[in-house]
Amino acid sequence: MNWRFLYFVERNFLVWRKLLIPSLVANLADPLIYLVGFGFGLGALVGEVDGRPYITFLAGGMLCYSTLNSATAEALYSGFSRLKVQRTWEGVLHAPMTVNDVVLGEWVWAAIKAVLSGSAILLIMYGLRLVHGFTPLAVLPVLLLLGLCFAGVALIMTTLARSYEFFTYYFTLALTPMSFLSGVFFPLHNLPPALQTLAWCLPLAHGASLARGIALGDPMPYPWLSALVLAAYAIVGVAIASRLAYRRLTK
Amino acid sequence: MSATPVLDVQGLCKAYDGRPVVDNLSFSVNRGECFGILGPNGAGKTTTLRCCLGLTNPDGGTLRLGGLPVPEAARLARYRVGVVPQFDNLDPDFTVTENLVMYARYFDIPVREARARVPALLEFAGLADRGAARIDSLSGGMKRRLTLARALVNDPDILFLDEPTTGLDPQARHLIWDGLKRLVAGGKTVILTTHFMDEAERLCDRLCVMNSGAIIAEDTPRGLIDRLIEPVVVEIYGEGVRDWAERHARPIVERLEVTGETAFCYMHDPALLLEQLGGAPELRVLRRAANLEDVFIKLTGRDIRD
Repeated sequence: MNWRFLYFVERNFLVWRKLLIPSLVANLADPLIYLVGFGFGLGALVGEVDGRPYITFLAGGMLCYSTLNSATAEALYSGFSRLKVQRTWEGVLHAPMTVNDVVLGEWVWAAIKAVLSGSAILLIMYGLRLVHGFTPLAVLPVLLLLGLCFAGVALIMTTLARSYEFFTYYFTLALTPMSFLSGVFFPLHNLPPALQTLAWCLPLAHGASLARGIALGDPMPYPWLSALVLAAYAIVGVAIASRLAYRRLTK
Repeated sequence: MSATPVLDVQGLCKAYDGRPVVDNLSFSVNRGECFGILGPNGAGKTTTLRCCLGLTNPDGGTLRLGGLPVPEAARLARYRVGVVPQFDNLDPDFTVTENLVMYARYFDIPVREARARVPALLEFAGLADRGAARIDSLSGGMKRRLTLARALVNDPDILFLDEPTTGLDPQARHLIWDGLKRLVAGGKTVILTTHFMDEAERLCDRLCVMNSGAIIAEDTPRGLIDRLIEPVVVEIYGEGVRDWAERHARPIVERLEVTGETAFCYMHDPALLLEQLGGAPELRVLRRAANLEDVFIKLTGRDIRD
């Protein structure tokens, strides 16, 4: 095992640390506004979902959604500026670092940031007394898996992109439809069976199922399969991204 | 001193989309030497450097850098190498000092050790009071010097520079040249690409001229001038110079090139030509010794390359 990718994680961490305060404010304030706004506002109309307040149901989904968003934004936009605009990757490759080190570094870093964003939601859930005790903390490994999963897939887009505009396709055609299909904002079992089947092929439904199962004690239909699906998307995603980056940078 | 070359390139080939960019290229660079790769745009200089560093996989040929096979052991070889790329890729998210410290980390240098190296590097780059500056507040010349300092952070044996002074003003270029001369004097091996002949003539112990992916000449700067070109050049400017040169100069000079409103006459003895020019006071005349640029133009032609 080669650990040199940790240097690139270190690099991204040092840059992030310089912008710590605005980053943390965004991590906490943004989801808090959504959660409180939709949770209480929409929750008043919706009433209960699966036998509990809508805000609790929504918070379980937001755990995943926020993790996904954070991993994606970091791997897509920040990753692409380091790849193309700032030529950071190119500079690092002149040192004894390889393309794979850089891609793994981006991947792990984006997942770490994603866990931080997810943890912010968990913190808010504790603050709003939606969860209690230590058991919900067991959701953190799920968030890491989700972060690695969506960072891996996003890095494929990053290494294919010629400009930032390309990412609009990924959001509009992949992430947004998936978010509505995967039981983040409303229960999956309200969808027609065909769409449910489709949803279970995508990673987010598995993430949401695991997160609600662990944090809120919901029944989990396929816990091990769900973990496996997330891990598979993560590994295959980053492997493809690394291959594409290699082709792009060493041609 | 070791007799094995620091960089040895044999039969290097690289094609893009079936079009050869580097075509059976061979050269070697000895320890402590400053070796220049000259060539017009698109000659294959940057591709050659990228292959030497293991950043591009060649289609054929063998490469050894610091005794190690490239690209197989390129990562290991790069521990002993510093690189100044053609386009600045300093990390804009970091200050000047942070750039150097972080870059040292990629060479497994501990943070404390990296910090200890920074003052000498900043001093070398003439940036001693700029350690806390943001990258975007630096001038083009300062960025190049910082890139050079960054390339030295691992105290490399071999430095690669891809067009190190392109886009710099004369003052900034001289600062870079002084730095490079000090490095070569200090025993480092320097390999640089350039299309500035004065740069090559000043810095390089030995150089090669590349054109269309192949080396077409290789020698010391003086050797190239002595061997490949007539020693005296008379440049003639003015309206109607083309007709005048064809009629009066062509028969008495060894080589004549006319471009636009300028005639370049190459020869050993200009006496006869200068006498002829006495009868054409409307033409302006510059007599000078032949230089590397004349060799370069003779070898690669006057056409524009893009």
